[in-house]
Amino acid sequence: MVEYNDLIFEISRPGRIGSSLPESDVDSVDITNKLPKHLIRDVPAELPEVSELQLVRHYTALSNKNHGIDNGFYPLGSCTMKYNPKINEDVARLEGFSRIHPYQPVETVQGALEVLYELQEELAVITGMDAVTLQPSAGAQGEWTGLMMVKAYHAQKGETRKQVLVPDSAHGTNPASATVAGFETITIPSNENGLVNLEELKKHVGPDTAALMLTNPNTLGLFEKEIVEIAQVVHEAGGLLYYDGANANAILGKTTPGQMGFDIVHLNLHKTFTTPHGGGGPGAGPVGVKEKLIPYLPVPRVEKDGEKYVLNANHPLSIGRVKGYYGNFGILLRAYTYIRTMGPEGLRQVSESAVLHANYLRKRLEPYFEAPYSQVCKHEFVLSGSRQKKLGVRTLDMAKRLLDFGYHPPTIYFPLNVEECLMIEPTETESKETLDAFADVMIQIAKEVEDNPGVVLEAPHTTVIGRLDEVQAARQPILRYEKAVEVEKETVKS
Amino acid sequence: MTSTYRYLPDTKQDQEEMLEFLQVSSIDELFEDIPADIRLQGELNIPQAVPEPLLMKKMNQLATKNINANQYPTFLGAGTYDHYIPSVVNHMISRSEFYTAYTPYQPEISQGELQAIFEFQTMVCELTGMDVANSSMYDGFTSLAEAASLAVASTRRSKILVSKAVHPESRAILRTVADGPGYTVEEIQLTDEITDLGKLKEQIDKDTAAVIVQYPNFFGSIEDLTEIKKIAEENKALFIVSANPLALALLQAPGKLGADIVIGDMQPLGIPMSFGGPHCGYFAVSKKFMRKIPGRIVGQTEDEKGQRGFVLTLQAREQHIRRDKASSNICSNQALNALASSICMTSLGKQGIRQMAQLNLEKSDYMAKTLKQKGFVILNQSPFFNEFVVELPRPVKEVNAKLLEAGIIGGFDLESDYGHENQMLLAVTEQRTKEEIDQFVEVLEAIVNG
Repeated sequence: MVEYNDLIFEISRPGRIGSSLPESDVDSVDITNKLPKHLIRDVPAELPEVSELQLVRHYTALSNKNHGIDNGFYPLGSCTMKYNPKINEDVARLEGFSRIHPYQPVETVQGALEVLYELQEELAVITGMDAVTLQPSAGAQGEWTGLMMVKAYHAQKGETRKQVLVPDSAHGTNPASATVAGFETITIPSNENGLVNLEELKKHVGPDTAALMLTNPNTLGLFEKEIVEIAQVVHEAGGLLYYDGANANAILGKTTPGQMGFDIVHLNLHKTFTTPHGGGGPGAGPVGVKEKLIPYLPVPRVEKDGEKYVLNANHPLSIGRVKGYYGNFGILLRAYTYIRTMGPEGLRQVSESAVLHANYLRKRLEPYFEAPYSQVCKHEFVLSGSRQKKLGVRTLDMAKRLLDFGYHPPTIYFPLNVEECLMIEPTETESKETLDAFADVMIQIAKEVEDNPGVVLEAPHTTVIGRLDEVQAARQPILRYEKAVEVEKETVKS
Repeated sequence: MTSTYRYLPDTKQDQEEMLEFLQVSSIDELFEDIPADIRLQGELNIPQAVPEPLLMKKMNQLATKNINANQYPTFLGAGTYDHYIPSVVNHMISRSEFYTAYTPYQPEISQGELQAIFEFQTMVCELTGMDVANSSMYDGFTSLAEAASLAVASTRRSKILVSKAVHPESRAILRTVADGPGYTVEEIQLTDEITDLGKLKEQIDKDTAAVIVQYPNFFGSIEDLTEIKKIAEENKALFIVSANPLALALLQAPGKLGADIVIGDMQPLGIPMSFGGPHCGYFAVSKKFMRKIPGRIVGQTEDEKGQRGFVLTLQAREQHIRRDKASSNICSNQALNALASSICMTSLGKQGIRQMAQLNLEKSDYMAKTLKQKGFVILNQSPFFNEFVVELPRPVKEVNAKLLEAGIIGGFDLESDYGHENQMLLAVTEQRTKEEIDQFVEVLEAIVNG
């Protein structure tokens, strides 16, 4: 195959075009008669000039340098890289959904509102909550939305509680969201079993506790067995319980955050509910709440008035708007389609298989790696590369070696409380053959670390590019293409 | 459980083998760590599974309950527009190597996505005239609020001045966001439909972190950024411009008019309206804010052999490090929509984007002119791009209902957000033909006279 490394700007030639627009069928307008000179663009934006086929070849070549779930196994912990169904894509592209404007009269968008309304209802059932907003665009935005509701709830009671408690194994966005919502974060250390230390928690819970944010199962893949007691401690102090739904793939149809005692939940539809990650987004992070928090939900809310679906912004205690329009509708549609595809029994099987797969893979790998928490896990588990580190090979090196076998590596160096961490989430959509093949490769790499560490240290060997100099990227940032810079470089070289 | 669900590959035998290997007798045993009293009894009360062909039929039925812009010409804009999207866009973003990938954490197998983002960043810089752009934000509205938060954090001042001619949803989200850290948001009143510079001068003070305006503004009019920049600069406040990227093909780049931060939404370039989302915010800054920009950013570097490659960079500003001191919690971006937008901009190219913007200018000009000839009053006193406000003798809601009967989706009603009765904001994109415009005017005339 011919190597292709050009930027789109480098194949651009003046005069080429990749699209065709109609000629104007109305009177021409000379912008210089309309606007003062200083508001008229003087230098055209240097967008690429290529033909349609050149465009197609360029982006096809780029796609060939990218690994997605459709290319191969992607056991990235806490990211739930499961199969992204194709019917979901077709549905989102139906013109009746993709070409409707958010401000159309509600009479003309009843189908869209029906989808949103039903999805709200179904996610409430799945999480054991009383109402759901579909507005947040992502998990982190859901966290922030939930915390703003926590703030409004306490404020309504005349309280200003300042602290949000977060376990040390929490997702990095939890403390960041708390800060952005105006809270201070208190970190609660885990106990030796990797679970919330109830005694430590009791020490920190008090009249200033606004909420405890918890992921359950946690980022080690372990279920917080004392969740009922934890909830009691927080509630007795007048605090609320926030459920980070990043790991909801383990509990569908088995239990609900509502039953566990949580008051607020966000879900990542791009994890548990199969909407594609898109190379970083767009996702969706709906938030569910118990009844006492319903008045604070963002507006507008999708409601039913008799047989008609409506948008209602008239909720005086609401925290306000958090996102343009009504959320990432195209993503919500995909999740709705997925829930319809699976039904209650299917969703339960999803979690059962996800947990079975994680435990199977865990047990296959445990003899070869340190397993700091060797016990039944839920949808994911962590291993430590500490044994290999003693031989001079780090987790990062093993991750790079996996690339040579066509696998996306697990999440590495997270959670922060595990040394040289590997966090593995196989998901339910992978076959046993895939799990076995991956385990075999991991075992082979563990053996290579002992017998031939060079091959791991120098990995990857088969990718289009080697390990990149990230220090240089940060110290001398080149964040855009510049023609002049390229010319200069050429001159320096010659 | 057997393999009756097409996304679940386990056969009975697979399961038995795995359970045997685990030395457990059933899957339920793996869930025993969930205390019995909080286990779900019975099944989730949601609708039963639907096979693919029936589900497709049902989703089609739901879709046809909506009226789409292919059926009825639409004159709605107000932040979301019906624009031409070249066919190649959907074909390219449907390459599942792109859409089934996660955030490019492993650069060796993510060069495609990383390079695409690098190219996106370049195109955003080109259009806005700024030095640095990130990989995208949730949408233009939240992007505006993030810009305000950045300004507050970096100036250590606590007041944001935002023009009332900025999109009402942007201002509403800004108010919600400001409630977190607790900075104040003041609105600048308008003269006619543009920002009142006199009022701005009165309101701006030593505690003003930034002045925010929209370009073109919510009513379609083009604000004089030069004058606003002067006032901001005199008071050492940052200047934030929310810009429609298509309009920037014709309008002077905000970067050249002194903007410190330029934000907006790429929806007009390659992203379907999709009932308001997902769209794609963009975020561009001048060099001095390079290390403060929220979200993800891609940089160029080299591998050991000196081969050019791309990586996520400047991560220190993100929540990974000093996560409890973060001024932003954004983690994901809208990569796939940023890709769609890049492909659209590539397809249009340097010439096409100007041609498209010019068509918007001409069609809206034609519509306003035609309405004026029929005796309607156009309220814009300043030049506009592809939107303008028409005054009607009757409530907009009534007129829109009548337009709908005639197979036309009318404009945006300014009453609930501005209290402006009988004022309709109309958008005319390149998608609207002369015939559709003439028909609109004709029907409108009949409605108001009838």
